[in-house]
Amino acid sequence: MDEEYDVIVLGTGLKECILSGLLSVDGLKVLHMDRNDYYGGESTSLNLTQLWKRFRGDDTPPESLGASREYNVDMIPKFMMANGSLVRILIHTDVTKYLNFKAVDGSFVYNKGKIYKVPATDVEALKSPLMGLFEKRRARKFFIYVQDYEDNDPKSHEGLDLNKVTARELISRYGLEDDTIDFIGHALALHIDDNYLDQPALEFVKRMKLYAESLARFQGGSPYIYPLYGLGELPQAFARLSAVYGGTYMLNKPECKAIEFYFSGEMFILYSSRSQWCTSLRILNFGETDVVNAFLLAEKVEFDGDGKVIGVTSEGETAKCKKVVCDPSYLPDKAEKVGKVARAICIMSHPIPNTHDSHSAQVILPQKQLGRKSDMYLFCCSYAHNVAPKGKFIAFVSTEAETDNPEEELKPGIDLLGPIDEIFYDILDRYVPTNDHASDNCFISASYDPTTHFESTVNDVIQMYSNITGKALDLSVDLSAASAAAE
Amino acid sequence: MATTGNKNINAKLVLLGDVGAGKSSLVLRFVKGQFVEFQESTIGAAFFSQTLAVNDATVKFEIWDTAGQERYHSLAPMYYRGAAAAIIVYDITNQASFERAKKWVQELQAQGNPNMVMALAGNKADLLDARKVAAEEAQTYAQENGLFFMETSAKTASNVNDIFYEIAKRLPRVQPAQNPAGMVLMDRPAERTASASCCS
Repeated sequence: MDEEYDVIVLGTGLKECILSGLLSVDGLKVLHMDRNDYYGGESTSLNLTQLWKRFRGDDTPPESLGASREYNVDMIPKFMMANGSLVRILIHTDVTKYLNFKAVDGSFVYNKGKIYKVPATDVEALKSPLMGLFEKRRARKFFIYVQDYEDNDPKSHEGLDLNKVTARELISRYGLEDDTIDFIGHALALHIDDNYLDQPALEFVKRMKLYAESLARFQGGSPYIYPLYGLGELPQAFARLSAVYGGTYMLNKPECKAIEFYFSGEMFILYSSRSQWCTSLRILNFGETDVVNAFLLAEKVEFDGDGKVIGVTSEGETAKCKKVVCDPSYLPDKAEKVGKVARAICIMSHPIPNTHDSHSAQVILPQKQLGRKSDMYLFCCSYAHNVAPKGKFIAFVSTEAETDNPEEELKPGIDLLGPIDEIFYDILDRYVPTNDHASDNCFISASYDPTTHFESTVNDVIQMYSNITGKALDLSVDLSAASAAAE
Repeated sequence: MATTGNKNINAKLVLLGDVGAGKSSLVLRFVKGQFVEFQESTIGAAFFSQTLAVNDATVKFEIWDTAGQERYHSLAPMYYRGAAAAIIVYDITNQASFERAKKWVQELQAQGNPNMVMALAGNKADLLDARKVAAEEAQTYAQENGLFFMETSAKTASNVNDIFYEIAKRLPRVQPAQNPAGMVLMDRPAERTASASCCS
């Protein structure tokens, strides 16, 4: 470990692993560490024993649930858009060869107390019971406009400049009802709140097109795909990519937290033990609080007098580096809490009711339908994707938390699930970086949001990549030529 | 998993063993017929395939090398997932590498599938003068733990093809249908996907 690296990556969450892979492929010397003895960090998938250990302490899971190792329960459940940016990255990096996918059976939306299939095309709009007869025709016209819209074909724009016209103005031309706007904006364009309505309509139209194109891709019942054995496979696959290109991997490196001291012009000195460190801090006249904080924050990122990162120490060893990439938990002083995600993890013996027996499905509950500020999501997968033993289903209910009472807040979603074998509630704090990467060379990812897809995750990765390398990530893979081989 | 169809068997094979035991050298000898005296740690190519004809069937091995992730015990569960065969490699001139090989066998038995074909390879068999691990000792260990054993030399090619042939012969000819079959996303035109590999 006593070497010099171009980049040290801390935490093996999906974002960190994608970046580690991309940077190694670029020829950078990468050291990748995690404080846990497993891959994936927050975005790992747990087996039953690990799940119980996290939520139930010393209890053991009931035998009726089947073998622990047959479970892969995602801690950050999400589906992948079949034509989305994560698929582009997978193809761009050739990581696809390590993974097997299956299409997700269904995509649904909650409207006035009922669950409906999300209509994504003009044809489906005409068939959907979600809208009345006249509304269907109006929606169909709007779908046709979106389907025909091409960036580089001005004729298809029908005289509208979507960089200027807002989504609200575009929709009003078609006279759509509020409920229709609700499902189009939230279940098709996957906006998490209504702010998009007053933004330029281009993004909204592009998102609708992505949904429709992804739906057409694999002839499944949804635009989504999902890896066999759960999302925990994704960070592992990108970690392997990084390793294949020379990245060094160390798991189970405890004391992985950050500390930062600014000395006037002097370099912070590294000490091999906590007692030595503590003594020196006292000698150097740090206050009692600083010493205590220093104890609380141990594997540490080291900085020079200007606050630039110079390396990472763990268990008394130091690795030097030019840059550090990490999730917010490794540099808590350089991140701030911006919200929290409330979620329920449920083990069931049946699919979500009213989803046409879908063994994997998403149901979006738009904010307005529940009188909330943010959408709620149901996510279900099962033994069909090798994440549970035969006959078992894993369902998640998640949302941006608006209260401190997840049980009460998630109830409208949980009520849609029917009988539940086991349920776990959780609240996750969400952080975003506050540092200036140009001045400290630390590149910190944002926590995962409650959306059930990866578009925002990958946007963060792409931005971080260009911050780190100073160049843009070219993801212009040939998606139309890309295809899936089914066994 | 080993999959069958017209007696074509696809089999994922994983290599395990300590750094420097010669895992990559064995694969390079088998796949490309090459040997490099001071083989650098594996970079950029940790995924080989090679097809063998064995009596009644054609076996296509999809060979996974560790990519260095064994160095700090950071191999991901994905590495073992669906493996139909494994070669555990040690260096006959290094007793410690043999002891580590036993640990890898335990790891494999905990993670892998119970029907996996496991081979123990005592590599660097050309360096007889420096031998530290007796062939009998390894043979006994292998028998007691359900592995088959060969001493190999990637340098002289001794027993290299043989160990892969032996694995191919021992692979179950009929595998239970895997539920569920998945798909592999590829950056290739659709018409070529018929021959694409998929390890489910």
